[in-house]
Amino acid sequence: MSLLEVNNLKTYFHTRNGIVRAVDGVSFSVDKGKTIGIVGESGSGKSVSCYSLLGLLPMPPAKIEDGEAIFDRSTDLLSCGEKVLRTIRGKKIGMIFQDPMTSLNPYMRIADQIIEPLCLHMKMDKEKALKEAIHALDEVGIPEPDNRINMYPHEFSGGMRQRVMIAMALITNPEILIADEPTTALDVTIQKQILDLIQTRQKELGTAVIFITHDLAVISEICEEVNIMYAGRIVEKTDTKSLFRTPKHAYTRSLLKSIPANQVKGEKLYTIPGLPPDTSQIIRGCAFRERNQIGDQNECLTNSRPEFKEIEPGHWVQNCPGCLS
Amino acid sequence: MTNQITDTEAGTSLWKDSWLRMRKNRIAVASIIVFSITCFFCFIVAWFCKDPNQVNLANKFSGPSSEHWIGTDALGRDLFSRILYGGQVSILVGLIATTVSVTIGIIYGALAGFFGGKIDSIMMRVVDTLFSIPFLMIVIVLQAVLSEWSRETSVWIVSNLNWDKGFTDRITNVLPLFFALGLLGWLTLARIVRAQVMSLKEREFVEAATSLGLTKLTVLFRHIIPNTLGPTVVYATLSVPGFIMYEATLSYLGLGVESPNSSWGILIKEGANYLETNSQLLIFPGIIFSITLFALNFLGDGLRDALDVRASKD
Repeated sequence: MSLLEVNNLKTYFHTRNGIVRAVDGVSFSVDKGKTIGIVGESGSGKSVSCYSLLGLLPMPPAKIEDGEAIFDRSTDLLSCGEKVLRTIRGKKIGMIFQDPMTSLNPYMRIADQIIEPLCLHMKMDKEKALKEAIHALDEVGIPEPDNRINMYPHEFSGGMRQRVMIAMALITNPEILIADEPTTALDVTIQKQILDLIQTRQKELGTAVIFITHDLAVISEICEEVNIMYAGRIVEKTDTKSLFRTPKHAYTRSLLKSIPANQVKGEKLYTIPGLPPDTSQIIRGCAFRERNQIGDQNECLTNSRPEFKEIEPGHWVQNCPGCLS
Repeated sequence: MTNQITDTEAGTSLWKDSWLRMRKNRIAVASIIVFSITCFFCFIVAWFCKDPNQVNLANKFSGPSSEHWIGTDALGRDLFSRILYGGQVSILVGLIATTVSVTIGIIYGALAGFFGGKIDSIMMRVVDTLFSIPFLMIVIVLQAVLSEWSRETSVWIVSNLNWDKGFTDRITNVLPLFFALGLLGWLTLARIVRAQVMSLKEREFVEAATSLGLTKLTVLFRHIIPNTLGPTVVYATLSVPGFIMYEATLSYLGLGVESPNSSWGILIKEGANYLETNSQLLIFPGIIFSITLFALNFLGDGLRDALDVRASKD
């Protein structure tokens, strides 16, 4: 059994405008030391599914309607309650966020923030924790860590802050690292450095990584398995190689087609027309039908939602005839 | 300031940055000095002055002399020491009422903003209700209720702890005022802090702190509340002169400090009776009172500029 098994996770937001089904039956699993990617447009539910795992969503309005997330064969993260969850957050599952500029507390020294998980979970005294923290900053490539640790976040650049976040998330040696678009807010050269850093640390510590992104190039770089999400569901799931070689679902193919580097120079860039469906309406049939240009729109299911089916060994896809053609 | 980066340079906190900005603001620095001098006189020099309640009817309305630096009042009491002792009461009312109201306001507002939902609705309706009752009316009612209690406290302290009666009376006399002002002054601050907390709790560093496994209350008190302190400090500084004003108003109306104890409000009230014949009785307390209020207001403005960079320049 895997390190983390998420089955049929459903997270709905109960808003004034109705129920938004942000995550609607998502299943995935993470093995020890492996990296899985979750890809999708904005609003496809990729962040929400990971936030649900750690109970970071404000409830209400969010509500986990169904599903389970078995961590380490014993604990169901979705039903274990706040108290148990606190012992897992930061100790067994670390998390890094999208915008390093805002994910550190501007009023606290780096030192005070980075030792928080150590003092909390490892019951270390401050002095020992500080030593550990300086070591951790050194590991993520912060120069002069023993001076820098006494600085405040505003004295760090974006890339350095993301390094600090990584150091902080990994300082307790967690088994899973959830990286929620960790490179989106950074410029390209720094992106590469941060990706390399995550990979090196992962190898050294044997951490499993859940990598959320909308950048397929990043996925090809670091993930072993990819889940493509659309409208709160996973539409395709396979290993990275076959995703890029033999994408099945029309949405995946459209995404790959819209990568600028794959397009002929001088032609208009391909974009997927329209917008993702409104998940506060009940979707009957295939969610991608209206935007499907690559497959056969007319063949898309209209009355029943497509099933998630293994069509080749290890290659799962939503079984909608229109999207697969 | 030096631009050289040395190896041992520790980071500057946002507070320190603000202090550096504030130091450049001459009016604010002057205000700090003026207020410090006033406090020094009221709380230290006062102990070496004459008894402010020493009546000497033979020497009433005397002008400035070596004996009485700025003269005496209608009962021959030394005006200089009455101003200093009055200042003690006025400044303490301002500071203590501010401390009480800031503490209540921060905690109340932070809890309401942080937990949101029904808790927030109920807590804020309480604030709205209190807001809708005229401030002066509540203070007057509280004064009436509490003054009996303060008299009993005074008697109890004198008989059980053997404190000096004059001193005890001076303190217990103003206690109801402290309570009344402090209990009501927190309403605006609670709203300010609540709004701050509501926007701060959506920030990523709060999620990051939660994802490290901190408890909700730790996140609130360690990460969120320190971030609200900027506006709070400004509001608190500006509310000190506000409370001093209230004290003066209430005392002037005969609802605050009671004679023979002095406060700036009392002195102004007494001085107003002799406006035409002995105007120095009004002028001297009035000047000190105004200077102190000016200084505190300028200090508050300076703090606002220093703490909130966006509002001032660039």
